Amino acid sequence: MSSPSDALPPHAQPSGVIHDIGYRPYSGPRLGDGAVAWSLFVTGLRNCYGLGRSGRSKILPMILIGLMILPALILVGVLVQARQVLGLDSHIVAYSVYPLTTQLLISVFVAAQAPALISRDLRFGTITLYLARPASRTTYVLVRMASLTVATFLLIAAPLLVMYVGGLLADLPPGRETERFLQALVGALLLAACLAGLAALVSAMTTRRGLAVAAVIVVLLVSFTVVSSIQGVSLETGNDTTGEVAGLFSPYTLTQGVQVLLFDSPRATPTPPEGGTMTLIYLAATALTILGSLGAMLRRYRQVA
Amino acid sequence: MGAIETVGLTKRYPRVTALDELDVSVGDGVTGLVGANGAGKSTLIKILLGLIPATSGTASVLGHDVATDGRAIRSLVGYMPEHDCLPADVSASDLVVHMGQMSGLPYNSARERASDVLRHVGLAEERYRPMGGYSTGMKQRAKLAQALVHDPELVLLDEPTNGLDPSSRDDMLALVRKIGTEFGIAVLVTSHLLGELERISDHVVVLDSGRLLRSEATTEFTHATGVLLVEVQGPTDADRQLGQALVGAGLQAWPAGKMIEVQVVDETTCDVVRDLTVDLGLGLVRMQERHHRIEDVFREGGAGSVQPV
Repeated sequence: MSSPSDALPPHAQPSGVIHDIGYRPYSGPRLGDGAVAWSLFVTGLRNCYGLGRSGRSKILPMILIGLMILPALILVGVLVQARQVLGLDSHIVAYSVYPLTTQLLISVFVAAQAPALISRDLRFGTITLYLARPASRTTYVLVRMASLTVATFLLIAAPLLVMYVGGLLADLPPGRETERFLQALVGALLLAACLAGLAALVSAMTTRRGLAVAAVIVVLLVSFTVVSSIQGVSLETGNDTTGEVAGLFSPYTLTQGVQVLLFDSPRATPTPPEGGTMTLIYLAATALTILGSLGAMLRRYRQVA
Repeated sequence: MGAIETVGLTKRYPRVTALDELDVSVGDGVTGLVGANGAGKSTLIKILLGLIPATSGTASVLGHDVATDGRAIRSLVGYMPEHDCLPADVSASDLVVHMGQMSGLPYNSARERASDVLRHVGLAEERYRPMGGYSTGMKQRAKLAQALVHDPELVLLDEPTNGLDPSSRDDMLALVRKIGTEFGIAVLVTSHLLGELERISDHVVVLDSGRLLRSEATTEFTHATGVLLVEVQGPTDADRQLGQALVGAGLQAWPAGKMIEVQVVDETTCDVVRDLTVDLGLGLVRMQERHHRIEDVFREGGAGSVQPV
């Protein structure tokens, strides 16, 4: 135990004396599972944008969100300035089409952040620290996926919000714009959930971050490219059904198809799905992607000791 | 009521039995858990945290059953894993605050506690640097800090001195001792180095291939053996001369390296040794009671695979 020296007159006493007050037990409140899960969620969400991590980890997510918003700003600028000249009565690029146009940026974001959130805990063994705390492993998995989904959703929804506000400023009909905007948000949420689910699952398979990044990129970009090619060919050969079925195999075309079927959104793919059966198949495929990856994740983490 | 009680605790994997009918009781203070690699120490800790189920038998931690009440146990217990568990791109300060929150502390309390425990474990300014650049000693301190941040009633420390140099090892052992005494937190600390546990534990539990070899207070392990250890100085065969003289005087004596061990008969034994040494014209360097060391338990118990210090 140290104490300020008594020998010194008061004005000469050093002001920065450190008192060793020994160990102090904690008697304050201990929060329940909900608060713990919320704090894990918020930390995960912040980490996805590099907040609370090293300065270097902030660069990529910030650049990507900037690149996502930039085209929306330009489109809105053109709309506001040249609406009369060009005779526009709606957005140049529809809300529901925007994510498909920017799919490369979204894929890069998910590929970079899913391993940062998922593989990192496995690689450094931090998962052990989480498992030794009150939250169960199911909570951990669900919350981690929720963080990634919401982070991806924010990335997709940010430019849509810019377009929505810009559309209102450009005097587009507010009722119609609000409806389309909300429909696109539902689509964005479904897309975010599908992407996060698949990326998390791929990332949970490896402790090597670089490998996980590459694997997620390959899964998302290759599936989209293959699906687009098949759809293009099937349109040329007049075999539309093949193209519609192919659309099930990329999260982007899948959720775009769901929006076309449910909300009659503008078509962005060569062979958009049509009809009641396709609606059911597309909805089932979306549910299967999201719930399937959740289930597989829970199964994967049951083996983590 | 002890901090940890197990009755007939058994864990079988398809090919190995990790724990075999283990009955252990751990009280307050510092308890050492000794065993060779693969003796079942880590398995025991995982069962105690409720992370893996036992095959049979029961265990309770702080009065909670591990099979049904894992959540309550994990909120009252701090765990320092043996292996690396620190993310490289996060600072110790951020990690410890986060882990405090994961144990249910509100953000502000978690920050306050984190700063407190980081001071106690001895991480100064480096706590704000990413942990990827830490030395092993600093990493061990950060791991210990996250185990203490939520003010647990019991901490399970798995090999806290692993990979440390001798002086950091001493610091860590002193810290573990302090946690058990000054902080008032019960400690279960594992090691395969017996000498370490001898120094800091009140109680030692010895595991061998999942079986309980011995569980006793440290003083029981190191009780006096009734043997005097004598070292003398003089001509090259000084020890032999004295040994023969002792045997001649009717005492049981045998060589132990450069020294001689003498069976104590009564309180005059010391006097006899002293007088004979003087008579032979030798210098008496040392005369002390020989104590047991924990490693003797292993020698007697046949668990020869443990490395004594």
